[in-house]
Amino acid sequence: MFAQPFAHGHSLLHRLDPRVRLATAAGCSVCLALVQTRTAALYGLIVGAFLLLLSRPPWRTALRRLLAVNVFLLFLCLLTPFSLSGDTVWQWGPLAASRQGLALALVLWAKSNALVFFFLALAATMPVSTAGYALQRLHCPDKIVFLLVFAGRYVHDIAEEWRTLLAAARLRGFRARTSLHSYRTLASLLGILLLRGLDRAQRVHEAMLLRGFRQRFFCVTPFQAHARDAIFMAIMGAAMAVLCWLELR
Amino acid sequence: MNNDPPLFCLENLTLVHEGCAEPLLRDMDFCLYPGEHIGLYGPNGCGKTTLLRGITGLHKAARGGVRFEGKLLRSEADFHPLRCAVGFVLQHAEDQLFFPTVLEDVAFGPLNLGLSPDDARQRALETLARLGLDGFADRQTHALSGGEKKLVSLAGVLAMQPQALLLDEPTNALDMSARQRLLDILVGLPTARITISHDWDFLQRVSRRFMTIEDGRLITDAPSLDHVHRHAHPCGHVPHVHT
Repeated sequence: MFAQPFAHGHSLLHRLDPRVRLATAAGCSVCLALVQTRTAALYGLIVGAFLLLLSRPPWRTALRRLLAVNVFLLFLCLLTPFSLSGDTVWQWGPLAASRQGLALALVLWAKSNALVFFFLALAATMPVSTAGYALQRLHCPDKIVFLLVFAGRYVHDIAEEWRTLLAAARLRGFRARTSLHSYRTLASLLGILLLRGLDRAQRVHEAMLLRGFRQRFFCVTPFQAHARDAIFMAIMGAAMAVLCWLELR
Repeated sequence: MNNDPPLFCLENLTLVHEGCAEPLLRDMDFCLYPGEHIGLYGPNGCGKTTLLRGITGLHKAARGGVRFEGKLLRSEADFHPLRCAVGFVLQHAEDQLFFPTVLEDVAFGPLNLGLSPDDARQRALETLARLGLDGFADRQTHALSGGEKKLVSLAGVLAMQPQALLLDEPTNALDMSARQRLLDILVGLPTARITISHDWDFLQRVSRRFMTIEDGRLITDAPSLDHVHRHAHPCGHVPHVHT
């Protein structure tokens, strides 16, 4: 149910140190988020697309994810030209689309897609557990790392439990319909799922205490950076320098 | 019978279930000595698991307490040293495997003991190898079979090199080969232990003396389950060899 379709590839990017990939993704996303000119945003989009090509993702899944993001963006981009005042390019009754608004919509669209490209190429290309361990090595706060690692561990169990509950309901003739009975059944299934989740959280916490846990979290997965990681970081650094130059010239 | 000092002692330990007037277990006095292998049996709901939870401080004492290294344990923090020395293998391995990968999970205890990450990884790998789980380090914990989960959760506890083990129905839901593997491991393990089981044959083979709980009281010299029996034999009338 929670397969990670991008995580297990053999591309050049998959072979890079996860810490380097996450740090690069974070650094580049800050640069991209601050961009305000059209040239720089489109340049970022091209760099992101190139990275995504390099990571050789399963294309069907990648396109489906991009579609989800762009459906959301569509509403934003449709509304922006009308909400910004400026030179009118198109008028419909009291609604006027401005040239400045259109330009801003384009920048927004390019930036958002570029960010998705970067994260699909750099962050989605590792299992959740690896991402957690790598973040811990990058000195992320323990609580965030905990949340990520434990969510990655237990999301399968909770999903499994939900499927079992639903199967048990179906075995007794339950079919989800738009009826009060359906809503009531689904609500109590969800309630039981929450209760079991709480119970399990308590048992897991006790199991952690039994093994001497004292709010400190360490990780033993070894990470090794190679020369190729340094080269990758240098290239990405240069690419971001070009982005800044395009933005500020 | 044993000249070594006890690993831990229960002193008048009384455990009460929340909202119940009648104590579940009352005035328990008992010491576990190094090398003792104790089997604990009794009907469902008589308080076997609660006893183990009481020993490790997960169930708070209503009266009396647990003495460990000369000190009567009271607060949550007091129990930390005992938990580091007495390993508790829970009934449901699922609850005990909380990391996505086997290596991180087995290394969790050693890290809490204060080992460096490198030493902890080494200790985890050695423990896995000792239990015949070589090559499991990078496996995903949620994708293990029931038997594998049990062995990995045991590895997580043994990696802390405990002085005593508490095992709560370890053969529950294991198939014959996984049960045999666990049996072989435990028979070869000198660590003192208290084993709860409804699997009489298993309990008999991993324990040397027995306890049970009757009417909320701990009986520390319960009868052994060992017995000789007679039954009809289809080949009784011809000479034959038993393998």
